Amino acid sequence: MQKFTTVTGVAVPMRRSNVDTDQIIPAVFLKRVTKTGFEDALFYGWRQDPEFILNQPAYQSPKVLVVGADFGTGSSREHAVWALRDFGFDVVLSPRFGDIFRGNSGKQGLLAGQISEDDAETLWGILEANPGIELTVDLVACTASVGELTVSFEVDEYTRWRLLEGLDDIGLTLRDEARIAEFESHREPWRPRTLPARQVNL
Amino acid sequence: MTNAVNTDSPMADIRPRTLAEKVWDKHLVAKGENGTPDLIYIDLHLVHEVTSPQAFDGLRLAGRPVRRPDLTIATEDHNTPTLAIDRPIADLTSRTQIETLRRNCAEFGIRLHSLGDIEQGIVHVVGPQLGLTQPGITVVCGDSHTSTHGAFGAMALGIGTSEVEHVMATQTLPLKPFKTMAITVNGTLRPGVTAKDIILAVIARIGTGGGQGYVLEYRGSAIRALSMEGRMTICNMSIEAGARAGMVAPDATTYAYLEGRAHAPAGADWDDAVAYWDTLATDEGASFDAEVILDADTLEPFVTWGTNPGQGVSLSDTVPNPADIDDANERSAAERALEYMDLAAGTAMKDIHVDTVFLGSCTNSRVEDLRAAAEIIKGKSIADGVRMLVVPGSARVRIEAEAEGLDKIFLAFGAEWRFAGCSMCLGMNPDQLAPGERCASTSNRNFEGRQGKGGRTHLVSPLVAAATAIRGTLSSPWDLVQDGMLGHDAVPAVFVPAR
Ligand code: SF4
Repeated sequence: MQKFTTVTGVAVPMRRSNVDTDQIIPAVFLKRVTKTGFEDALFYGWRQDPEFILNQPAYQSPKVLVVGADFGTGSSREHAVWALRDFGFDVVLSPRFGDIFRGNSGKQGLLAGQISEDDAETLWGILEANPGIELTVDLVACTASVGELTVSFEVDEYTRWRLLEGLDDIGLTLRDEARIAEFESHREPWRPRTLPARQVNL
Repeated sequence: MTNAVNTDSPMADIRPRTLAEKVWDKHLVAKGENGTPDLIYIDLHLVHEVTSPQAFDGLRLAGRPVRRPDLTIATEDHNTPTLAIDRPIADLTSRTQIETLRRNCAEFGIRLHSLGDIEQGIVHVVGPQLGLTQPGITVVCGDSHTSTHGAFGAMALGIGTSEVEHVMATQTLPLKPFKTMAITVNGTLRPGVTAKDIILAVIARIGTGGGQGYVLEYRGSAIRALSMEGRMTICNMSIEAGARAGMVAPDATTYAYLEGRAHAPAGADWDDAVAYWDTLATDEGASFDAEVILDADTLEPFVTWGTNPGQGVSLSDTVPNPADIDDANERSAAERALEYMDLAAGTAMKDIHVDTVFLGSCTNSRVEDLRAAAEIIKGKSIADGVRMLVVPGSARVRIEAEAEGLDKIFLAFGAEWRFAGCSMCLGMNPDQLAPGERCASTSNRNFEGRQGKGGRTHLVSPLVAAATAIRGTLSSPWDLVQDGMLGHDAVPAVFVPAR
């Protein structure tokens, strides 16, 4: 995972709340066998509407989503985070997130920053008045700035540390690699091994 | 953020510990601090086609190898057809998943047992039959019924796709310690009553959430008397009580099952292993966080009437009346279940007609299960209008059963004899119930639509499945005795070990 310090990019004002993971990515896309390539599936239902914000020319390669409260509630599917990442989003700012979604985000390098309802409203106002304007998210200072405005967001310390260090769960465990190797060095020889394959005939 | 630990220090042995605690302690790579989880070493990783593709893809994206291919093994089960297995899989999604698994295993050097291979079959049947599932190990698989392997005294956990990737990359899992619950089953099962009836009764007692956060340890004389197959049936359904895992301490029955299997320790290794396995049983004086006690002497064949595995009664009972249920949530769940199942309160369970009987799944598809059912149906014919699917848990089980002539018994009876796989346990392959169809099933989940959209499932033991196929209504072998169709002595008592 890349280390995350600051991100500057187009921010999308999405005036919707209670966006559950089914809206982020419908169940039919869960049959796929890859962890990437879900950009076409993001907000699939809404994207059929030409008026939908992500169909507008100003928002073709956005990096930040500013959305209403209770984003990512519902089913635990990790695909919701993959789809946002694949579309190009690095940051989602919302007054409140679904718990599992927030946990999944941190694991996949997507920053889910919590902002106040008032700041969401102010940000929407500025972004809507200047379609396609860039916003800067600074994870060191925990701020989001656009034009003259700077608002702060919250993210739990542990997730922030992991994002700053660029550590996913696996990366984190692999920091203990020496201990794993040490543990392996005194495993009993009779513990099962799948290789080489042994056969016993009937 | 974590501390190295020495699990061999004498300190670790002073406090009396449960089986689960001993296995946990033995696998501690690093102890968590300040609320961070422990890092636990994984001895065996079982892989199948449904929950692995994104895990492999994640490794590929990060440029990581599988750390221990020699502790990993894959098989194809959920999507595989049980007829015409030599032809390409018709369903595109299913075929893609299988082909993806084959490509991934080749790329990452994972041993794979594909359709057509003698060791192919349901992942939870394959591990034990190869002798890979052993006492005192940690086993994981991206499947909730991994709890099956706990029958050997292993700590066996079902995990999600990101955890699958984690284990592939590191051979460890960050885990928070669990609570422990003793399920003590005293007494002796009567003939015709099986391990399946024990676990259905346990779930009905503690509820589908009763085991949440716990590792269950099954103990008591009735558990000791069970074969490994019976213990696997019980541990398999621990997850249906909401538990993280289920375990049975290893004993002579466990060793007899393992000895001589392809991957069981041999020679001096065997003696070393047994010496260690003998230390695993819960210490005298160790305390559990909770305990449930059950009496095997009075247990009858148990069946479900509703749409979760906790909605069960004795076969001689009637469909309960939701009005009699105190808890409002459970009452409305029961009302919904009866509507879905198209059953009226007060109906005798034995008056319920079925269209289909399914003998299979990781709960009850081992040769002992097939043998027990064959014993009942031998020389009889299937009830009019009923179809019966017999699906061995693995290709090896199928061959073993055929060597005993069980296939001929099933075919002569009028049942279908299929190739190995998950089959009708879940609607993911061609074997499905039609809407409204009613099934007596030896599987583990009676959720709405589980066996096919609109299908109605009654969970039963293999003996009840067999008797039901003969009579067309939910029945036990004792009903056949009453009908004069079966001798008194022909009702199987606690099963004999398979080998
Ligand atoms: S038989 Fe059923 S419960 Fe068992 S692994 Fe297959 S689908 Fe899951």
